[in-house]
Amino acid sequence: MTFEIPKETNPGKVVEVTIGATPEKGGTRSHTVTIGDSTALPFHFFEGKHPHRPVVAMEVFDKAPAKHFDSLLEYFGDVIDKPAEMAKKCVDEYGAELISVRLEGTHPEKGNLSAEKAAEIVQAVLESVKVPLIISGHSHFEKINEVMKKVCEVTAGENCLINYAETDNYKTIAAACLAYGHTIAAQTPIDVNLAKQLNILLTDMNFPPEKIVMDPLTSTLGYGLEYTYSIMERIRNDGLAGDKMLAFPMLINPGYESFRIKETWAPEKDYPEWGSLESRAAYWETATAMSLLLTGAELLIMYHPQAVEVIKKTITEMYASKEKE
Amino acid sequence: MALSGLDIFKLLPKTNCGDCGVPTCMAFAMKLAQKKAELSECPHASEEAKEMLGAASEPPIRLVKIGGANALEVGNETVLFRHEKTFFHQTGIAVELRTSEGEKERLSKINEVDGYAVERVGEELKTDLFFIVHDSEDKNDFLKTIQLVKKNSSKGIILECPDENILREGVEYLKDDRPAVLLKNELSDNDVELAKAFDINLILTAQSLEELADQAEKARNSGLSNLILNLEFQNPGQQLQFNTILRRSALKKNFKPFGYPLISCIRGNSKLDLLAKATLQICKYGSIIVLPEYDRALLYTLFTLRQNIYTDPQKPIQVDPKVYPIGEPGPDSPVFVTTNFSLTYFIVSGEIENSGISAHLVVADAEGQSVLTAWAAGKFVGETVAKFIKDIKLEQQVKTRKIVIPGFVAQISGDLEESLPGWEVIVGPQEASDIPSFVKNVKLT
Repeated sequence: MTFEIPKETNPGKVVEVTIGATPEKGGTRSHTVTIGDSTALPFHFFEGKHPHRPVVAMEVFDKAPAKHFDSLLEYFGDVIDKPAEMAKKCVDEYGAELISVRLEGTHPEKGNLSAEKAAEIVQAVLESVKVPLIISGHSHFEKINEVMKKVCEVTAGENCLINYAETDNYKTIAAACLAYGHTIAAQTPIDVNLAKQLNILLTDMNFPPEKIVMDPLTSTLGYGLEYTYSIMERIRNDGLAGDKMLAFPMLINPGYESFRIKETWAPEKDYPEWGSLESRAAYWETATAMSLLLTGAELLIMYHPQAVEVIKKTITEMYASKEKE
Repeated sequence: MALSGLDIFKLLPKTNCGDCGVPTCMAFAMKLAQKKAELSECPHASEEAKEMLGAASEPPIRLVKIGGANALEVGNETVLFRHEKTFFHQTGIAVELRTSEGEKERLSKINEVDGYAVERVGEELKTDLFFIVHDSEDKNDFLKTIQLVKKNSSKGIILECPDENILREGVEYLKDDRPAVLLKNELSDNDVELAKAFDINLILTAQSLEELADQAEKARNSGLSNLILNLEFQNPGQQLQFNTILRRSALKKNFKPFGYPLISCIRGNSKLDLLAKATLQICKYGSIIVLPEYDRALLYTLFTLRQNIYTDPQKPIQVDPKVYPIGEPGPDSPVFVTTNFSLTYFIVSGEIENSGISAHLVVADAEGQSVLTAWAAGKFVGETVAKFIKDIKLEQQVKTRKIVIPGFVAQISGDLEESLPGWEVIVGPQEASDIPSFVKNVKLT
């Protein structure tokens, strides 16, 4: 029976963004990571081009997280509070393609580490691994602005992804990125219009589009995942339909968000119907990451080594169908 | 292709008799086009009109029911993206039972799966079907397994059996339970006869889109309509593309052979691998997934995902309005108040938990709206919050008289204090993520 595959072509395409810099480009990374440049919905190889695969970053901490990280201790144990060593382990043993250094400990309520200390930690990580870096902050603007300025300065030329700028502090963060050659993550709270507006504000100050990654804000499975899921689908649809201000590659934080919710740390004796705690943390992060991968997430910042392994394997398998065409 | 109002008008008697309840044939045609009326409401419709409109009004993806009294309904989807409207019939989750497994094993699996249910946001979440595969030497194992399931569970059943005669016995045994039968081989005349004789659902299997179209067309031409499609794939990338092409062909091209629900037997080399692949099916158009193995954590994760993806984007999920204990609150623990929009509740309760204190969280009835929306609609203001607190008799339950309200509705604090004499209203942070630092800096007890 005659059957024609219904293909849809799109006028727009996702912006191509490269993170990291090799010595030729003024950095010290052994390689760079490039995402974006797709012309169709995620994994739709039958109707468009997807030159770059989604990538998986793992996160290390300036200060060991106070709680709810028992399931990670099994893998990282004594290095969980040694970011440089943990980063090496993430890359060498668990296949992290980038490292995110989370500077939560600089938050005045969570350790109040100084900007200098944060810069030192980031430099130590830069020395211990050769993959591109993501620098991840928090929502205390006054402090994080100061910290990011310092970190941007000491990593000048490395083209780190500075994660993140919000509508309230984008000018400071964008200026630091411009001055020292970094890429920016533009974060807005699960809303297409706010996302678009922040991207317009950034490009209006002549921030280069090929240095912008969007963070539509990750809600984890069971805690509003459906909102993030649909906002990301809408952003990607609109971007491909030609809206340039919604056509940037998207990052998600399934690790950070999953490890904050009860399902990943509450003991089985309190919630027998939830099943084994040992599996839950990895399951929860995997389902969050996998579902958002299908909406167009291209940079995933993850925590649990087992979740990282299965997501990387699945991305490879998804791309196996591209190789054949 | 769906017919336009004008196309339909041409097929109507054009007498404007009004017998259908609509004053003119044109208006009736418009209602038909919008699927707000049915042709049977017009007593004068010609045979030609019935035939043409019948084909056009068939839903683009057929609704299929598996099981007896508590049948699982799948299909009848109308969009490719949930934000366009909603996904209607959530993915059915089936657990595989192989007749080669020991009888004891099978029985304990049946009881375990049948008895497993978990509550989340007021919904009871559970599996839907058993998938029985005959892969043992003894033909009695097949019937025995069917009997075991039927005796111990009311869930619907899918059968797979390489031997036609044994299969027939099983189908006969389930004649009142509307099972589905998965055909591994090409649809035969025997299969058609069996499906018609017992009015069962047939699952057609193929390795390519063309082959699947051929099989579905053959089944349709034989007069079968309760079909489910099983398109086998080589990798998850191909699977995603197949599912997209099938759904898109059915919805946008009205390609009838693909207008049926999709099933997928999930395969993987670990439970995490199964989870990743099941996630793909739940998000992208799988109507039934079959799990070869499971554990509670895996099922709970999939249930939650399915609930998220199949939530109507236009109707916020609500949590029960009441007082929720966070940690182990005593009579002097502080009181926080927020609305009963599920996401708001989850985020606020999570952040209070993260702060390490124990508290009473009053979730007021705001018809499932978020704090600012509810406030703007007058559903989360001083008076309504005070009334709710009195109705639930909070004053008899706690000794504290300090109540924390969301920072975004600081303006209700005056009214609330007035309506709740004796209480001190404290304005909390605007963002839930600032609750941990808020409780460190503000004296609440």
